[in-house]
Amino acid sequence: MNFLQYLINGISIGSVYAIIALGYTMVYGIANMLNFAHGDVIMIGAYMSYCATNYLGLHPLVGLVIAMAVCTVLGITIEALAYRPLRGVPSLAVLITAIGVSYFLQNAAQLIWGSAPKNYTSIVSMEPLKLFDGGLVITGEVIITIVASVVIMLALTLFTGKTKMGKAMRAVSEDRDAAQLMGIPVNRTISTTFAIGSALAAVAGVLLCSTVPTLMPTTGSMPGIRAFTAAVLGGIGSIPGAMLGGILLGIIETLSKAYISTQFSDAIVFTVLILVLLVKPAGLLGKTVQEKV
Amino acid sequence: MRKNLNRKQRGGNFKVFALVTVAFIVMQLLSSMGMLKSSVKGQLIPICVYIVLAVSLNLVVGVSGELSLGHAGFMGVGAFTGVVVASSIANVVSNDLVRLLIAMVIGGVMAGIAGGIIGIPVLRLRGDYLAIVTLAFGEILKNIIGNLYIGKDSHGLHFALNASGLVMEPDGSMILNGPMGTTGVEKIATFGVGFALIIVTLVVVLNLIHSKEGRAIMAIRDNRIAAESVGLNVFSFKIKAFVVSAFLAGMAGALYGLNYSAITATKFDFTTSINILVFVVLGGMGNIFGSVISATLLYMLPEMLRGLYDYRMIMYAIVLIVVMLFTWSPQAKNWVQAVSSGSVMRRVFGQKKEAEDE
Repeated sequence: MNFLQYLINGISIGSVYAIIALGYTMVYGIANMLNFAHGDVIMIGAYMSYCATNYLGLHPLVGLVIAMAVCTVLGITIEALAYRPLRGVPSLAVLITAIGVSYFLQNAAQLIWGSAPKNYTSIVSMEPLKLFDGGLVITGEVIITIVASVVIMLALTLFTGKTKMGKAMRAVSEDRDAAQLMGIPVNRTISTTFAIGSALAAVAGVLLCSTVPTLMPTTGSMPGIRAFTAAVLGGIGSIPGAMLGGILLGIIETLSKAYISTQFSDAIVFTVLILVLLVKPAGLLGKTVQEKV
Repeated sequence: MRKNLNRKQRGGNFKVFALVTVAFIVMQLLSSMGMLKSSVKGQLIPICVYIVLAVSLNLVVGVSGELSLGHAGFMGVGAFTGVVVASSIANVVSNDLVRLLIAMVIGGVMAGIAGGIIGIPVLRLRGDYLAIVTLAFGEILKNIIGNLYIGKDSHGLHFALNASGLVMEPDGSMILNGPMGTTGVEKIATFGVGFALIIVTLVVVLNLIHSKEGRAIMAIRDNRIAAESVGLNVFSFKIKAFVVSAFLAGMAGALYGLNYSAITATKFDFTTSINILVFVVLGGMGNIFGSVISATLLYMLPEMLRGLYDYRMIMYAIVLIVVMLFTWSPQAKNWVQAVSSGSVMRRVFGQKKEAEDE
């Protein structure tokens, strides 16, 4: 029974990683950059929702919508100011700029909200589900998180597969120059990708802080790195891959904390990643691209 | 042509050595005359350490062209090995300088071994995957070091993975205390040794770059397939650069560890790796002189911005972004060119350019 409990908790935290990883993977696939500031957008989203519910007394769902709106604007602004001027330059330069943006967001949050942790109240007001006479407790947060991540993944798959904008995104990720020649507005497509990724980051931030209720300026960085790992594990650029990678990572983390060692869970998670990459260098669901000579 | 090139290279090398030596002498003089504030004095050894880290990372990132995000892990291996070695031979070797040198060499060797173990699987991957795996290895090293307990008593060294597992004689003392890090370390690091380490690093790295191996490494960076097709063993050259870089980082780490009475493993995390990478990129990839300058300036920048109090880290972030935009963005380059061609704006631009170089 304990095992099942750990497994469900693992899937729940893994779903949060999966939502973050979706943002990473989309931006990577389309703009071909590692957006290290993504983790900090999560943190901003969580703070926004915290402010909306605690200071303005709004309903948690309204808070979530506000957080998503702010993060969307933030994502588009970051892309336009910091990343767009650097399009086409070596990816390392963009990476360093993204790190600069990440420092900026963390320190801005520290100036605005202070470095002391805030106690986030969960937005989920559902009664925990008790199964097997209380042997297995599934909290409302767990249910909502898992449902939300599945819905988001399905919606994204449909969006990229069926809509015009989704097709444009796939075209840009395949070959940016060719897409431009075909009349696809590349800049607008990349902006949209950032907007979607950042809105998802806000959702992830709210869900993350509902599960782990301490909120501070560095809240986003470790889940950000974990989610990035998850995206790579599943095959970066692939939407189902991000989902699979996130959930696997969550399960491995929770189970290794429960059964092997609490201190070494980080080492175990990263060792699994390395082993997977050695066997499948493009990740679990990634495409292996043949190199042209 | 060839002769010219060599002369130019020699000139470049000479410039680096001359600059570092002059800086060392000036600092040493100021320090002996008591003209340095203690806050500046305390930064001298860390600056040496970060210069060595930046130059050694540049060997991997700039010269070999592999994005590594786990350099701080090697620094950490060196630091903790150095501290353990220095503490355990304290009774045998009484001379602080000799002890420091032994600790640094062993720290470097351990980091080099770690680099070899990591490099063998990792260097078969490419691009961003390599980045994430080096990041992962850095975190694993940090995680392991942060949970290692090492104690010393009359029977020798004791290792354990949890505090209760460490069984020692009553005369034993802790050297490494898990997440609490090292405690009560004798601070035997000196600025002179830091300077010597910079010189050694520069000699090793510059000679490597200008040797047959170095040219092979750069050829692989520029076009792996072409290099492979003329018979270069890609993997063996890459691992050479990686291990040398890890070795140097380990030596720097040992110097760093022996400069503080207490350090924890969290110091050697992803953020530190990223900071070193920022030094390398802003100094110019593959440009050793640039790494030395940017490591020094950027290490001091947050200190210089101390007057801004709470705003200093946010200023650091803004400076970082603006510098990246100005040095890389095609529009900014065009704009700078347009402004510089206008005679009225020339003076303004002159100042701009200086700011940009910093």
